This record gives sequence, structure tokens and C-alpha cells, in this order.
Amino acid sequence: MPAPTLPIENPAASVLTLSDCAIEFENVAIAFDEKVVLDGISFRLQHGETKAVFGVAGSGKSTMLKLAIGLLRPDSGRIFVMGEEVTRMSEQELFQLRRRVGIVFQESALFDSLKVYENVAFRLMEEKIPPEEIERRVREVLHFVELERTYDMFPSELSGGMRRRVAIARAIITQPEVLLYDSPTGGLDPVTSNTIVELIMKQRDVYKTSALLVTHRLQDAFTMATHQFDKTTNQMVALPKGQYCEVATSFLILCDGKVIFDGDAHLLATSRDEYIREYIS
Amino acid sequence: MALEFELISPIEVAKDFALAVQNYTVLSAQSVANFFRRPLYMADMVQQADLIGVGSLPIVVLTGLSVGALLALNSASTLQRFGGVSLIGQLVSLGMVTELGPLITGLMVAGRNASGMASELGSMIVTEQIDAMRALGTDPTKKLITPRVGATAFMLFFLTIIADLLGLIGGYGVAHLIFGVDTQQYWTSVWQILVFRDVFTGLIKPVLFGFIISTVGCYYGMSTRGGTQGVGRSTTQAVVASSVLILVVDFFVTKLIFAFFGYR
Repeated sequence: MPAPTLPIENPAASVLTLSDCAIEFENVAIAFDEKVVLDGISFRLQHGETKAVFGVAGSGKSTMLKLAIGLLRPDSGRIFVMGEEVTRMSEQELFQLRRRVGIVFQESALFDSLKVYENVAFRLMEEKIPPEEIERRVREVLHFVELERTYDMFPSELSGGMRRRVAIARAIITQPEVLLYDSPTGGLDPVTSNTIVELIMKQRDVYKTSALLVTHRLQDAFTMATHQFDKTTNQMVALPKGQYCEVATSFLILCDGKVIFDGDAHLLATSRDEYIREYIS
Repeated sequence: MALEFELISPIEVAKDFALAVQNYTVLSAQSVANFFRRPLYMADMVQQADLIGVGSLPIVVLTGLSVGALLALNSASTLQRFGGVSLIGQLVSLGMVTELGPLITGLMVAGRNASGMASELGSMIVTEQIDAMRALGTDPTKKLITPRVGATAFMLFFLTIIADLLGLIGGYGVAHLIFGVDTQQYWTSVWQILVFRDVFTGLIKPVLFGFIISTVGCYYGMSTRGGTQGVGRSTTQAVVASSVLILVVDFFVTKLIFAFFGYR
């Protein structure tokens, strides 16, 4: 399938300033063994916005998240996270920045020799927070992901969905300003996927955290755009037809290392591009 | 069926080797520099010391005892021909303290712990746990490598002393029970033959070997690529490389000490 060369459909992006952005990519390119994965991509993630990132397998979605927190260095281009240029920071400086960003890895990446509470509390233990305070916050965040009973368990004793939820708990325990989700529903059954999406939505609507959500499942992103978390009933509720969530939820599609779409749900649904139409059908 | 062979340029091999040496040097230098940077993970270091030191004790005890006994047995058969069985103590003492004690302990600990470090860190690499640690704002070289380097160098020093002592006891057992060497005569000759240079040589080597075992194990672990197969490859490479490096470094350290202190 040939890659379409669409103009980026996000007129609002051009008037944003750097201080409005949680994350900004500026002509970022990276190649592995001469295979170009990202070829000069640019986009902006506003504060409080959730951006769902799509693309076929190997299109560079996970690479993009790793670039955002400096786990990988781009071959060219610049990346800003909360106004700081990641691409010019040393590893030591990046450790400081990363404490303000949470990431949920594709396969959870929990420390398998540590118990659930040690995994969730890892960052707090590193910051030498008093043990009573750590326990209170771990229990609170495990309650948030509805996994209080796993407190003393090892990751190997948990199901795939539970591991993802523990990974989310680990990422949000310090209330980071930006969250990066790498295929949080990948390989999970629809019911568990829904639980994870609801959790991401809860984080978005309760704490207004900016987020980049890499996913293969279009329905997850559309659910994010058309539903809102209701704090009183503690569950997500569908918004009236045609109304979108008050927290900006946008879509970004990668193809052949380039951004071919960057816009909201309405623009995506009405796009006439052949590739996009086929992708969302 | 046609077999396909991929030809690798010698220049590429040389470049890869140079890169590996460079990465190993950087990792080793970082692991040492981290001792002077905060935070210093003392609890992790104590845990590693327990795993490496206490965990290796049974194999060190057994090999120390066996090597000492074997050394006595083999040297006695030669000494007997010249009527010099009473010199067994001197031979065992010099052999164990200056060479065999540190070397055998180093090789045993390399087999047990370099592989353990490479497989543990390699598994963490392939399951993205190292990336997760970096993403959580923690430096893996400080949290994982420096405690292993410190603990191995520290514990190997004491394990070698234990191996030396048990080697001497093993040698005594053979000398006394098989060749009838008097107890006092054996231990006096063991004690009298040793000079400062011998003890210094025997105690500086384990620190160097400990550094080699841990840095090589950690280097191969941290450079693991290619899933579980890659973990297996790293584990094997770590044991082979650390063992060979121990033998090579042993030769040069011994030569250097001889050059510095002079021959006997």
C-alpha cells in the first residue's frame, strides 16, 4: 500500500507556543542499521491533551515514546518535554526529567524479583520517602487500579492485564505531568482492555495528565474520545452523539516513518484519504 | 540445498572488537566512579556480598581443600626421591598463597557469578526492565553494576584467604597422614617461607580478579541482544572471557610484582 502524502490536519498546532506543549517533536529522524524508522516527524502534545498514536507494526510508535524520554537518541531533530530539550541533555540530567514523566511499557517491564508493592514504590524508595508514607501511597494507587489484593504478590503471579495495571500504578504514583502508554491493551482480551482504557481515562479526567497513547486498537482511542470518566459512579460514561470529551483527545497516524495524520476524532472520521479510510474501516 | 555463507570483513570484526573494548572500559570506569557519587546503594552491595561471598563459600572450601591436598600429593612424590619430604609445607604454602589460592578462587567465582550476573542483567535487558529503571529516574550502573563490582572485589579477597587456609590444611592432611611429616615441622615451614611480597601478591590478585569477574559479567549482561538465546550467549561469553582475562592478568600482575620487588 503506498504511503499517502497528506498535509498534517491540525491547524491549531501552528499557533501553539513551546510553553503550551507537554511534548514537542521537531523533524525527528532515527534509523536502525540503515533502516529508517522515523523520517523527520514533527508534532506537538498540548498540556492536558491525550494523543493516540497509530501505525502498523514497526512504524516507530514505541521508538517515538523511547525518544521522548531520552531512552534513545535521534539521529537528527529536536525533542522538547515540558519545555526542556531532551536531545541536548546528558543522561544524568535526563534522570531528573524522567521523574516528571511516567511510562507504561508494552510488556509492563515490572521488576520480576520485586513484589508488587516494591515495584509500585520503586520511585518513592529511591527518593527516600518515609516507609509509612510509601505504604499509604502504594495502597492508594493500588486502590486506584483496583488491585489492592496484589500488594504482596510477585509479578509472575499476576495475569497479563493485572501486570499492565500494576505498571500503570507504578507510572502514576508520583503524579507525573506526562504519561506515555506503549500498547497498554496489546494482547489482552476485550474485557481487560476495556478496564485498562477506563483506567487511562480516569487518569486523564481526574488528574488532567497529558498523555501519548500508542495503540493498535482504534476502538480504544475512539472510546477515549467519546467517553468521559464519571467520578461519582466510578466508571466511564458515553457522551451524547456528536459531542466529544472536554479534554482534548487527538489522533496521530504514522506511516513509512512519517506523520500522515494529526488531528481530532471528527477530522479522522471525515478524512478522505484512501490509506486513512482503509486504516480506520 | 544450497548453503549460503555470509562473509564478514576483517575490518568490521576489528571495529566491533574495538567498540566492545571501548564500551567495556567506559562501563568499568563508570562502575568505579560511582563509588564517589551519590546515591551509593549500600543495601544492594550487602545483598550482593551475601549472594557472591556466602553463596560461593561451599565451592571455595571444597576446591581450596582439594587443591592444597593435590599440591602436597604431587610435590611429595617428587620430593621423596631427593629425601626432601619435609619441604612439602614450603611448596604448598608458596603455591597456595601466591598463585593457586587466588587463581582457583577467581576461576570458581567467575564460573558461578560472572554467569549469574550476565544472565540476570541480560534477562532484565530483554524484558525492558533496565529501560524501565532508567525511565523511573534511576541509573542502572549505580543501582546494579557498582554494588556487584564492590561486593565481588571485597568478598573475593576474603574467599581467597579462606581458600589459602583450607589449601594449607589439605596439604597438611596429606603430608601428615600419608607421608608422616611432623605437625610442627609442617606449619613452621609454611609460616617461615612466606615473606611480605608473597602475601601482598596473594591479596592484591583477588581484588583485581573480583573487579574482572564483575565488570565482565555486567558488561556481557548489559550488552545482551536477541531474547533468551542472547541471554544464553552472554552467559557463556561472560564465563569464558572472565576466565581467560583472569589468567592473562594473573601472568602480568605476577611479572609486574617480580619486577617491582625482585625475584626470590
